[in-house]
Amino acid sequence: MTHASLDTEVREAGFGDYVELLKPRVMSLVVFTALAGLLVAPANLHPFEMLVAILCIAVGAGASGALNMWWDADIDVLMKRTRNRPIPAGRIEPGEALALGVALSGFAVVMLWLDTNLLAAGLLALTIFYYAVIYTIWLKRVTPQNIVIGGVAGSFPPMIGWAAATGTVSIESILMFAVIFMWTPAHFWALALFVKSDYGDAKVPMLTETHGRRSTRNHILAYAVLQVPVAVALGFTSIGGPLYMAVAVAVNLWFLAACIRVWRRDEAQAEADRYAAEKRAFVISLYYLFLHFSALIAERVLGIWGWGGWSGWGFGG
Amino acid sequence: MAIYVEHELHARRRSRNLGMLAVLLAFVAIVFGMTIVKLARTGDPSAFEGFDHDIRYGLAAEAERAAGEDTP
Repeated sequence: MTHASLDTEVREAGFGDYVELLKPRVMSLVVFTALAGLLVAPANLHPFEMLVAILCIAVGAGASGALNMWWDADIDVLMKRTRNRPIPAGRIEPGEALALGVALSGFAVVMLWLDTNLLAAGLLALTIFYYAVIYTIWLKRVTPQNIVIGGVAGSFPPMIGWAAATGTVSIESILMFAVIFMWTPAHFWALALFVKSDYGDAKVPMLTETHGRRSTRNHILAYAVLQVPVAVALGFTSIGGPLYMAVAVAVNLWFLAACIRVWRRDEAQAEADRYAAEKRAFVISLYYLFLHFSALIAERVLGIWGWGGWSGWGFGG
Repeated sequence: MAIYVEHELHARRRSRNLGMLAVLLAFVAIVFGMTIVKLARTGDPSAFEGFDHDIRYGLAAEAERAAGEDTP
C-alpha cells in the first residue's frame, strides 16, 4: 500500500465523528431538564435507575440528532456552520448515520422501558419521531415557524423524566413542557438576529428572512410576554413554592425588559452597537431556563428539611 | 529497522475500536446494575423465583396442599 493510496482513505471516521453525530452540545440541555423532571417528581427512583434513565433520554436525543444530520446532509454542505459536520465533510456515510440513529433510538426506548416504565419509553419514542420526522423531514423546510415546531421536541425531556419517576403525565410536567416550549422561539430568534446565517442559500425558511427582522422582533416580544403566565403558573403547582416564584418573577421581568429593548430597536440602531441588545437577550435566555429549573430542584431539596413548596412556609396545604 | 507505518488512519481505527469497547462494557455494566437494583428491591426472593431454574417453593407448597386435599 502506497502513501498515495492511504491518503485517499483518510476520510475514514474516528470514534469522535460518531459522537459528533449525536450533537453532544444539545444533549446538555436535554440532560439538565430531564434530570430536573426526575428530581422534582414525587417519587423516588433508585439513583442507578435515574442514571440509566438520564442516559437513555440523552442517547434518544442523540439518535434524533443523527437522524437529523442524515436527512439534512444536502443542506448542511451548503452552510458554513454545518459544512464540517461528519456527513458533509465525507467522514461518515449518510447510510451509517441513518443506521446509527435508528439503532440508538431502539436501544434508548427499550432500555428506558426496562429501566422505568412504558409511558416514559413511549414519550421518548414520540420525541424522537417528532424531531426526526415531523420537524426535520416534514416541516423544517416548509414553514418559517420551524423554530416553534422544533421546540416541541426540546420540551419533552422534563416530561419524560417526570413520567419515568411517577408513571404519569400531570399538570406539573405539562407546565414544565410549556415553559421550554414558550422559551424556545425567543431564544433562537434573538440568536438569528445577530448571527449572519446562510439558511437562505440552503432554502430553509427562517423568520428573519421570510418575514424580515421587524417581524422577528415582534415575535420575540410576543413569546416573551406569553411565557410569563406559563412560568408563574408552574409556581402554583405542587413542585413550585415561594423560592421558585421569586426566581420566576425576577427572571421573567429581566428577560421581558431585554426583549422589549430588542423590540424597540430597528436595524440601524442594532448595527450601530453591533447587536448588543440582541446578544444580551440571548444570554439572558440561557440563564432563563437554567434558573427556572434550578429553582424547581432547589424547592425539592428544601423539601427534605420541610421548607419546600408553599406549605413549607405556612401557605395552604 | 522495524517495518511499521503508523498512519493517521490507524489511529482513527484504534479510537473507533476502543470507543466501541467502552460502549459495550458500559452496556454490560448497565444491564448488570439494573438487574441488581430491580432484584434487590423485591426483598423477597420468592417474588422472582419464577425467573430462575430453582425449585419454585410457592408452587411446591400449593402442590402439597392440593395433594393433601385429594387424599381421602
